[in-house]
Formats: sequence, structure tokens, C-alpha cells
Amino acid sequence: MTAAVSLQQVSRHFGLVKAMDAVDLEVAAGEFFAMLGPSGSGKTTCLRLIAGFEQPTAGQIRIFGEAVEGVPPYRRNVNTVFQDYALFPHMNVRDNVAFSLMLRKLPKAARHRAAEEALEMVRLSGYGDRRPGQLSGGQRQRVALARAIVNKPKVLLLDEPLGALDLKLRESMQDELKALQKSLGITFIFVTHDQGEALSMADRVAVFNDGRVQQIGTPEEIYRRPQSRFVADFVGSSNVLDPEFVYWILGEKRWASLRPEAIHVMAAGSGNSLSRMTGTIVSKSYLGPVVRLLIDLNGTKLHASVPSTEQLPGEGEKVTLGFAKDALHIMESGA
Amino acid sequence: MRSSEPRAPLGLTIAAVAGLLFMLLPLALIFLYAFSTEERTYRWPPPGLTLDWFRVTWGRVDVWQALTLSVQVASISTVIALIIGTLCAAAVSGTRFFGRETISLLVILPIALPGIITGISLRSAFNLMDIPFSFWTIILGHATFCVVVVYNNAVARFRRLHGSMVEAAMDLGANGFQVFRHVILPNLGTALLAGGMLAFALSFDEVIVTTFTAGQQQTLPIWMLEELVRPRQRPVTNVVAMVVVIVTFLPILAAFYLTRGGEQTVSGMGK
Amino acid sequence: MSMTADAGAILPGRGGVFGALSDLFWRKPKLLVFLMILPAVLWLGIVYVGSLLALLLQSFFSIDDFSGLIVHEFTLKTYAELFRAQNLDIIIRTVAMATAVTIASAIVAFPIAYWAARYARGHWKAVFYLGIMLPLWASYLVKIYAWKLILAREGILNWIFEQLHITFLLDWWLALPVIGGNSLSISYTGTFLVFLYVWMPYMILPIQAAIERVPVNLLDASADLGATPRQTFWKVIFPLALPGIIAGSIFTFSLTLGDYIIPQIVGNSQFFIGQAVYAHQGTAGNIPLAAAFTVVPILIMGFYLWGARHAGAFDAL
Repeated sequence: MTAAVSLQQVSRHFGLVKAMDAVDLEVAAGEFFAMLGPSGSGKTTCLRLIAGFEQPTAGQIRIFGEAVEGVPPYRRNVNTVFQDYALFPHMNVRDNVAFSLMLRKLPKAARHRAAEEALEMVRLSGYGDRRPGQLSGGQRQRVALARAIVNKPKVLLLDEPLGALDLKLRESMQDELKALQKSLGITFIFVTHDQGEALSMADRVAVFNDGRVQQIGTPEEIYRRPQSRFVADFVGSSNVLDPEFVYWILGEKRWASLRPEAIHVMAAGSGNSLSRMTGTIVSKSYLGPVVRLLIDLNGTKLHASVPSTEQLPGEGEKVTLGFAKDALHIMESGA
Repeated sequence: MRSSEPRAPLGLTIAAVAGLLFMLLPLALIFLYAFSTEERTYRWPPPGLTLDWFRVTWGRVDVWQALTLSVQVASISTVIALIIGTLCAAAVSGTRFFGRETISLLVILPIALPGIITGISLRSAFNLMDIPFSFWTIILGHATFCVVVVYNNAVARFRRLHGSMVEAAMDLGANGFQVFRHVILPNLGTALLAGGMLAFALSFDEVIVTTFTAGQQQTLPIWMLEELVRPRQRPVTNVVAMVVVIVTFLPILAAFYLTRGGEQTVSGMGK
Repeated sequence: MSMTADAGAILPGRGGVFGALSDLFWRKPKLLVFLMILPAVLWLGIVYVGSLLALLLQSFFSIDDFSGLIVHEFTLKTYAELFRAQNLDIIIRTVAMATAVTIASAIVAFPIAYWAARYARGHWKAVFYLGIMLPLWASYLVKIYAWKLILAREGILNWIFEQLHITFLLDWWLALPVIGGNSLSISYTGTFLVFLYVWMPYMILPIQAAIERVPVNLLDASADLGATPRQTFWKVIFPLALPGIIAGSIFTFSLTLGDYIIPQIVGNSQFFIGQAVYAHQGTAGNIPLAAAFTVVPILIMGFYLWGARHAGAFDAL
């Protein structure tokens, strides 16, 4: 089966700045794919290359097997939901949604019918006569979505689709997007800097940094087995342990990561644990369901997150730490 | 918010109102003089009021000729300014390229420098190249300084357009020309109309550059200038002055209503 | 919605000249930008700047005293002529007038701008806006004409002085040296009034824009800290409005420097720079000297803009 989108050694340089450098990537048909990374990591550039707003400096991009070199965005069967929605302020919602159909010279009645159908899918039926300016942020986002799917493109690109929404709305939109993707069966590729969003929505995640792909995998792989310090840090803020520390535990001089929730914390001297270590609580922050601790263990700083139901000593007090040996994940590099 | 309904100090209000009156009363005077029966002097108060001078002015061939020429020059200059100004604004606001700042400076130069400098340089350039003065040399001068008003209006509007709107249209299947027709033009429309009307007003009123680039042709401002230097037909001049105020003010009023909401590009422009 | 469900990843092009051009512009965006700025570059960069440079070039030529013909040889002789007493007088007179007009404009414009920016609400805002716009855009010549009517011997100003029985004040003023004269319309006072009237509106908008940018709570803060209104004005408002005043002064100063019509119609027969340029290029046929004269306001404005830039005035334009 051909990949929906494949990038081979694709680079995009702006003068000396390497926005994207020799990226290889394959997105399977029907997949919900996330590109995760901090701003400036190249994820948005990657999206813009696929959409055709920019052209690669080197490398080849294929969409469903067809090389798209020299093909302008208006001829790519790929649509985009923009971060700022980019609705046309001079048109009402219906005309916005039907814009691509109007360009294809579809008769008015068919156009309106299709637009209404698309609006229904995003639960905005009856809003056709409004102007974008009269809608809330969440509603505008749905219009942008309806406008992009009305044509049933082969691939739908979403640039930080939930970035401008508030927390509550963002959570419900996550579920809706997933459901929409299932019912349409279109390949979704979305860009985000929010690791929680990427992990909860995507089938697979590509983590970007400095114009390169650091790791590609399922959310679980990315979270449990980060292959580099960057991924460990950026996704789930794992503790990165240096070779000295790891040697002390495993007898192997390798870099490793350890997730904060894998660490058990007890008041010093109480209970039994597998590997006994005593440290000092440096700081303690209450986050609702969990308490986040920063613990100093003979100079190594470790983050631990502990269910807030547990009784914990205060800042400055001694605690005993413990974790299962297989919670330590060996990484390929410490960079 | 205790500052939301402030009271202005009395002294400030008096100074502000006095200043406004200083600006507006002389123009009101123009309207009054147009009805004066006095023929030979600028006598105040007017000995009587009459509508007769409107009839006389209506019958004046030279006034009509000057008016026609002014309208023609202003129309053509406006069209040229619209094309050059809009294209240039689109290029400058849409992309970053080498020399972008220079282009903005270039566009503003003709009104940043005193009109006499623009006038005399064009005149001596025409002389050097043996170009005879004509209708078209006037246009050449006028379009030069009209570009900037169109440019300023268009740039302000481009700034308000979301940058991704053009990309969104392309993404949905519009090629370059369709993007222009379906997205850019409808959003730019009122700004261009406003810019065009201001350009028209600017050209219609221009005298300094025109004195250098016109040959025997008389635009309305040139006609007025002659009357100012050597008054011969004061009552007709009074009427023409009033009409000119009205003709230039209507586009300003329209431009004001077209660009309300954020852009104050009617303002801040030199002549 | 099923129409394109089985279409390929690449849609067919629209073809035709427009389609091909559109594809070309997408592939070469720099070409499109180039074509868009080309008309402006040709018109303004070549025709206009070319003319300016040609003029500048001529200022380095001189005129033969006997034949009256232009000598096409590089010389600074023409510039030296600018420093002859009569020409230096013209320059000093013009700069002095431009300075006076600029200062007076700032004084008259400030209350209007301040009122419009701070207190004008609802329809007062529209009234102020149009009240400022109408004189700003009203015909230049008509504005001068209005003052010809006002300043005329038989005009309204003399009439008002008569009605109030204070004509002696006017006579006393006109008897003063330099600023006086035979009548208002042939004195520097008259010229000054018309300059002020015609260019002052250009001062209002930049000041208004600068004041509108001052956050209201800054004034509250100043009052909270115990500043008197006078202190608030001089320590807070004025420094913040200063860039606006400087921006406005660029207009009033430059426009006064280059004007030749106002002093020709209202004033005594002493030349200003603009008139000197006009006379030298016209009847005298001394283009080199006219060109050299135009360099003076360009130089003065160059220094002025350079200074204004340091004061941060360009943000208020």
C-alpha cells in the first residue's frame, strides 16, 4: 500500500537557516499523524511543504505515490486548516465553505447542499448565513474545518488546530476531530507543540527538533521509550539520567530516562523498596491529581510525580526513593 | 474606570474650539462671498446677496475648459496611481525582499520633498529631453505624487488582511488570478476606492507641480492662481472657490466613511 | 460531496495562459514581486529620481555672465553664489519664517489634538475628525484666497477692528519694524498668518496620534502620585506627545520652506527660497542657480529628518 505522504531527504533552507534538514517521513493512508515539536523545530515548515506553500530546497515529496515537485497548492488534492483559520471576512459561512466548489464551477444549488452537509458534520448547521466575524473562536474553527473537508481531500493538514481555543473547548474538540477522522477515513496530519494533544489524538507521532525528526512512533513508544534526551525532555518531561548514575543502578554506562510517575516516594526510613536511595525534597508543587516533587539525590535532580492522596513530608525533609529497574529506559544518546 | 468619562478643563476646551474656528471660519467666508453682490472689491460686509454670479459662472467657457481639463487629468492620474500603488503595496506587504525599504521611501519621496522641487526637476528633465509640454506632461507630474495615497491606503488594508488568507484560497484550488479576483479584490475594494478618491482630490487641487509641467493648458487651480495674482473677475472666482471646496470635500467625506475602523489613512498625508 | 472522492492526489491544471502564468508565478515568486514593483521602479525610480538627479547635476554647472548660456563644466561657482548677501538673506528669511510657522502651529494645534484624542466621544469625535479633515484637504488655493478676502483693506478683519474701535492697535502693529508694513496683506504678519493657516492642520494629526498612544492609566498614575495637572502636563504628557509634535513639524517646516505661492500673493516683495527658485528657472533662465537653491531645502530637511529620527518621531507619522 502506498503511503499517503512520503518525504525523502527533504530540506528547506532559508539562506543559512536550515528550517528542515534531510527529513525522511512516511504517513500511512488513513492515519492520524502528529508532528510535535517546539516552535522553530521545522514542523510547520514540513506542513507547508506538503501543502505546497513552500518548495523544498532538496529532496522529494510524494502524495499517494505522485511526486508533487512543481505542483502548486491549488492543484494538490490536499487541504489545510490554518492556525488563524484564515476565513474570508467578506463571505458568509456558507460561501466560505463552498469556496472550493465555486472555483470548480459547481452549480449553486449543489454547492449549497454540499456546504450544508459539511457544516452538519462539524455541528454548525444553520450557521450558513452568518459572517465569520459573528462567530466565536470555536465556531470559526469548525467553519475552517468544514471548508477544508467539503472536497474530501486525500490528505487534511491541520496547523495547530486547537492552539487558539481555551482548555475546555480544546478537550472536546480533540474527541470531535478524532471521530471526524474516523468517519471520513481521510489521512490527517496535524502540527502541534502540545505533547498531551499529540499523544492523545495521534496514531503516530513525529517529534521534531532543530529541523530534524528526532523520533517517529506510536504515542506509547514515544512516551515510554524516548530515544534521545530531547524527546525524553519534551515528551512527558522524563528524568534524564547520566551514565554514572545508571552504572550505579544497572552496572552499565549508558544514558537512560525515567518517567516521574515511575518513582515511588516515602518518608525516610519507612517501608521497603527495591533500590533504596535517600534524597531531599527541594520543592513541591500541587497539581490537582498529582503532586510534583523535585528531589535532590546526592547532586542528581529528579522529578517525581506522586498521587496527591499520599502523605508526603515537606520541603527540605528527607525521603526514600524507589523504582523498578525496568522503568529505566536506556537511550541511544544523551544529546 | 474613572477615566472613561473625563471632563476637559475649560481653558483647554476654549483653546480647542478657538483653534477649530480658526480653521473653519475662513472656509465659511468663501461660501458667503459667493453670494455677494459686490463686483470690484472684497468688501465686508457684503452690500447684498445674489445668486446671479452662479449664472454668470455657468456661462463661462474658460472656467468650463479648465474644469474639464482638471477632471481629465485627475481621472487619468488616479487610474495610473491605482495600478502602480496597488501593485507596489501588494509586493511590499506580501513579501520581504532586498530593497523593500527603498521602495517605500521611493513612493513617499514625491510628497516628502517640497512640490517646487518635484516641479522644477520634471520641468528641467522635459527640457533636457526636448519633450514638449502637454496634457501628458501634466499627468506625468500628477501621477508621481498620487501614487503615495493609493499606496498608503492599500498597505494599511493589506496589513489588516490575514496573511494566510491568500494561502487558504490557493489551498482550496484558486490560482493566482482567482485569488486576486475572489479574495484580494473584494477585501481591498473600499481601501482602493478611498485611495483613488483621495488621489483624485489631490490631483484636482494641485497647482505647484502643475505650473512647472503645463504648457498653455489651464487646469482649474492654474486658472485660480491667475485670478489670485491678478484679480479680474472676483465674483466668478468667489463662485469657483466655493465649488472647489465642495468638490474636494465630497471625496474626503466618502473616503472617511469607507475606511472607518482602524485605518486613518485619509490623514497624515502631505500635499 | 462524493464528487472528488476518487480523484488523484494531483488535480488537473486549468490550462490556458492564466493557468500557465499562475503556475509560473508560484514556481518563481520573486518574478511576481519583480513584476509588481517594476512600474513603480520605472516611474518613480527612473523618471522621478532621474529628474531629481539631473537637476542636482545642473547645480554644478554655471551660467556665463555675458552670453547667459549654461556652461556645462563642473564648478562650485554656483554654490558660492548662494552665499552672496542677497541670497543668504533669502535663505535666512525663509528658515526664520518656517521656524516661526512651525512653533505657532504646534501651539495652536496642541489643544485641538489633545481635545480630539482625550475627550472627543461619540459624534463629537466625528465632528472633530471632519473639522480637522476639511481644512486639511480643502483646496490650497482656496485657503489662500480666503485669507486674501480676510486681510484685504476693505475686508472683514479691518472691519472687525473698526467695529471694536481698536484700529489703533492694528496701526501700532503695522508700524513695528520687520513684521509690520503698509497693510496686513503686504506684511510678513500677513504671510505668516496664511502660512500658519495653510500648514497648521498637518500638525494636528501626528500630535493626536501620539497622544492617543499614551495610556490613560499613566495619567491616573501621575495624579495618584500627587502630581498637579501642570506637572502631569510637563512631565508626562508633553514628553510623550513630543514625537508627534516633531513629526508634525516635519510637514509644517518642509512645506513652508518650499512654498512660493503664498508669499507671492500675500506679503511684501521680498523673496523666499521658493520664489527665488521660480524666478531663476523662469524669467532669469539661470537653471544652475535655481537648482542650487533647491538643494538648500533638501539639505535642511535632510538634517531635520535625521534629528527627528533620533527623537523617535517616525513612529508617530
